[in-house]
Amino acid sequence: MSDAVAIAIGPLSQIPVGEGRNMVVGDRTLAVFHLHGGAVYATQPTCPHRGGPLADGLTGSHTVMCPLHDRVFDLRTGVGPDCSIAVVPVRVQDGIMLVELATA
Amino acid sequence: MDGSVAQTLEDGMMMARQRLVVVGNGMAGARAVEEVLARGGADLFDIVMFGDEPYGNYNRIMLSNVLSGVQDTDGIYINPLDWYADNGITLHSGARVTHIDRAARVVTAENGVQERYDVLLIATGSRSFIPPLDNVRDETGELRDGVFGFRTLDDCTAMMARARTSQTAVVLGGGLLGLEAARGLMTHGPSVHVVHLAQHLMNAQLDVEGGAILRAAMEAMGVTIHTGASTACIELDESGAVAGVRFKDGTVLPCQMVVVAAGIRPNVEVAQRAGLTVERAIVVDNHMRCPDDRNVFVVGECAQHRGQVYGLVAPLWDQAKVFADQVTQRNTGSAYHGSKLATKLKVMGVELASMGLTEPQHPHDEVIRFSETRSGTYKKLIVRDGRLVGGILMGDISKAAYLMQAFDRDSPLPEERLSLLFDLGTPPQKVTLDEMPADAQVCNCNGVTKGAIGACVAAGKKTTKSVMDATRAGMGCGSCKALVGEVVEWFCGGTVEEDLSVHYYVPGIPMTKPELVAAVRAQDLRSVSSVFAALAGGVVDAGSKPALASLLITVWADDYVDERDARFINDRVHANIQKDGTFSVVPEMPGGVTTPADLIRIAEVALKYNVPLVKLTGGQRIDLVGVSKEDLPRMWADLGMPSGHAYGKSYRTCKSCIGTEFCRFGLGDSMGFAAKIERRFRGVDSPAKLKLATAGCPRNCSEAMVKDIGAVAIGNDRWEIYVGGAAGAHIRKGDLLCTVDGEDAAMLITSRFMQYYRENAKWKERTYTFVPRIGLERIRAIVVDDSDGIAAELDAAMERSIAAAYDPWKEATAPKTANQFAEILVPAS
Ligand code: SRM
Ligand SMILES: Cc1cc2nc3c(=O)[nH]c(=O)nc-3n(C[C@H](O)[C@H](O)[C@H](O)COP(=O)(O)OP(=O)(O)OC[C@H]3O[C@@H](n4cnc5c(N)ncnc54)[C@H](O)[C@@H]3O)c2cc1C
Ligand code: SF4
Ligand code: FES
Repeated sequence: MSDAVAIAIGPLSQIPVGEGRNMVVGDRTLAVFHLHGGAVYATQPTCPHRGGPLADGLTGSHTVMCPLHDRVFDLRTGVGPDCSIAVVPVRVQDGIMLVELATA
Repeated sequence: MDGSVAQTLEDGMMMARQRLVVVGNGMAGARAVEEVLARGGADLFDIVMFGDEPYGNYNRIMLSNVLSGVQDTDGIYINPLDWYADNGITLHSGARVTHIDRAARVVTAENGVQERYDVLLIATGSRSFIPPLDNVRDETGELRDGVFGFRTLDDCTAMMARARTSQTAVVLGGGLLGLEAARGLMTHGPSVHVVHLAQHLMNAQLDVEGGAILRAAMEAMGVTIHTGASTACIELDESGAVAGVRFKDGTVLPCQMVVVAAGIRPNVEVAQRAGLTVERAIVVDNHMRCPDDRNVFVVGECAQHRGQVYGLVAPLWDQAKVFADQVTQRNTGSAYHGSKLATKLKVMGVELASMGLTEPQHPHDEVIRFSETRSGTYKKLIVRDGRLVGGILMGDISKAAYLMQAFDRDSPLPEERLSLLFDLGTPPQKVTLDEMPADAQVCNCNGVTKGAIGACVAAGKKTTKSVMDATRAGMGCGSCKALVGEVVEWFCGGTVEEDLSVHYYVPGIPMTKPELVAAVRAQDLRSVSSVFAALAGGVVDAGSKPALASLLITVWADDYVDERDARFINDRVHANIQKDGTFSVVPEMPGGVTTPADLIRIAEVALKYNVPLVKLTGGQRIDLVGVSKEDLPRMWADLGMPSGHAYGKSYRTCKSCIGTEFCRFGLGDSMGFAAKIERRFRGVDSPAKLKLATAGCPRNCSEAMVKDIGAVAIGNDRWEIYVGGAAGAHIRKGDLLCTVDGEDAAMLITSRFMQYYRENAKWKERTYTFVPRIGLERIRAIVVDDSDGIAAELDAAMERSIAAAYDPWKEATAPKTANQFAEILVPAS
């Protein structure tokens, strides 16, 4: 079984509302999105199609659209039209984002 | 009752529904299920499907187009995963069935999933045949890294990735698939060789002469062809990577990847282990049923019917129908009688269709031939007893649809044989829709007849799109779409309904642009998020955001709430994103005019930031390409020049020529006027790009007649204003809107036209579509003659937008959002 550890990655205010930013989390990079209404999501940083930078994408209600060829992924599940992305749970506590990374 | 399925079905009606399990989720398996559903099968069966591939069902034929970049992988799904859920079908994707227990009626997949069946359909298709060449496989028995089959979506994506880093690619096999693979690989960079064992290409479908013409066409495209060449083994380098192909004569052709397109082998192993009769493929009767087991059916490339095994899709459409008729008992008389094979080559730039025989076989067979090698036109028909038994059409395949139909139906041919090859002097005899028989095929890819479209319209589908969705007509190669539309209209008797959503400005809000503008004004909506909240039920559609931002800027000018997340990344960082996530920097250079001092500054910045590419653009300025996001603000600050706006849906550039300043023919100051235009409109948003030009005389050296707006000097301070021109993806000569006196008048008309376009064009609608849509006369009436009395309003609105425009590169020193130009954030530890 694997356990999760919560890693603090800094204040939510670093990411403008509706946008995403790449963030270093432990030894990985994640694209972290701050949506209107306050939801926060984290995904793998590059698009499985041709490596588009997802943090530069446009966000919808629970989606992100890759800036290179417009594939839309569900930020909650990672499901996309023909390929999927990895999603990692994030929560916000006292204005600080906490990413739950699985440990071995 | 004659069969056990029928009996169990009848019992089943009273008790539980039956379980239909389908092994293989390819073109035949999914089509068979669609046909079952179309016959009310959802009430008769619980349907379970197993598919080895991790996807929904896709159009395998289109892989050739995906490889050649004509189509994106998104576009080839026939049934995405939702379809299975919507129809209550359980799909085990990525699950290979390894065992069928016919006694217990249970199938077992590699991942342990087991399903019980009442009726089993095997549709496992084929796989690429890989000849046992040395080194073709690695130690584990898998295809070696760098060696590919061409059968699945995964094969296709792996081939594309490898091709991008290969100098040379070799395709083994010069048949249909091999040539399509070769053409596709070329688009990714490598030089491509096709190695073919037979003496001429596509020897199964072409005669010697046709093969030679095809060879010339492929060679002209840059593909190297080796015929009569027999491969001995794959060569490896010291590290074990693919390094070449060795022929039996000892010569080696160096390459970094090999695609094997040497034929296909039906996937029959599971059926064989289950004790079903397998010869070349799994044997079936005329009902697509196994003679050994009445509960097991087979369709597609893994089926052998009357000794025939097929490798094309047309037969499996018919097989799927017969299976569905039988299993639902809708039509127990339905039977499959075999198919005749006709095919087209899907290689861009080569028109080729072939059917049946390639050479006459009987002494009485008639041959009708035309050949013009210079133009690559070749036509050959083989006629037996007045009926077509074979045909090859190359170069000009305009007659293909008619001939394929005559071949397929065995219909008698006209006595005037020449008219089979050409439309003779008489006007082409287009069969009118009234005359067209109900069983005439409208869509050949998906086997949809005129009658089937009629039935669909009768069932209530009144738009072309809904008929296409329901019947799949027009969803294969797409070449029949226009005809499908005509047939739908004919059945509707002119009452064809328009799909209203095509008029919506954005998909989620059912309003045209003028309606949306009115609603935005009435409800005082000043931000994109307030539009979603007020008009879209709070659902935010990512793709609609930039379109709405553009509209709000046009309506409110600077009274608009600039939510940066609503803009495409280009408009958030004021640079154009590139394939690797880097950006480009294009400073303003009005009319292509610069100074030595500016050039030095640009050069210094390029050196300082190690810019990988410096390029003169087609828009008469300089592009610094391959810049990291973080360097953008620093470079802008060092340049000290305004943005050239080479990235947004906005005013872009105004090209110019030398004009009266230096040119001996100049009639107007095109350079000076271009600079004025650029300084006036820079930064003004618009539904799509606006590219302008000024020309000093009608020699038109700056291409002003093919720009969104072009001003051409004709002497005596007079300017002609052209609008709606284009020379990009579409070519259109601009329409002459008017001729005016003086630069001021030219500027006013330019500005007023622009504003009218800004307010009325659809999102991403360039002027080359907008002008013909509205009509030149109407535009002239409004913009030049002020027929609607709105000219003053248009002018004032444009003034407001110009006043609100700003140089976004100023954000270099005053960022607009947190970490606007950061590539990555590192949390403080
Ligand atoms: C840099 C440049 C090519 C060059 O090296 O010369 C260029 C580069 C691109 N063009 Fe272009 N176009 C460039 C001049 C043109 C021209 C010529 C001109 O401006 O006179 C045309 C034909 C005129 C026209 O627009 O009609 C042109 C017609 C297009 C089109 C087709 C538009 C159409 O509807 O017909 C696209 C695709 C689109 O807009 O959807 C496009 C799209 C693109 C994009 C932005 C593709 C994209 O979305 O990323 C390219 C960006 C490449 C990159 O990574 O930076 N580019 N493009 C030129 C920049 C001009 C400038 O200084 O602003
Ligand atoms: C690149 C390319 C271009 C083509 N172009 C044309 C064309 O222009 N015109 C034309 O008519 N035809 C064309 N074809 C041929 C056409 O695609 C096939 O005839 C058609 O796909 C056959 O359908 P099928 O369902 O029998 O097999 P498939 O579509 O191959 O489907 C079989 C499916 O079953 C799965 N499967 C196999 N074994 C198992 C198992 N044990 N358990 C679970 N799942 C299993 C496979 O993974 C596969 O997804 C082309 C083929 C290719 C590859
Ligand atoms: S023509 Fe334009 S869009 Fe196409 S590759 Fe060249 S720069 Fe890119
Ligand atoms: S790289 Fe993301 S859609 Fe193409």
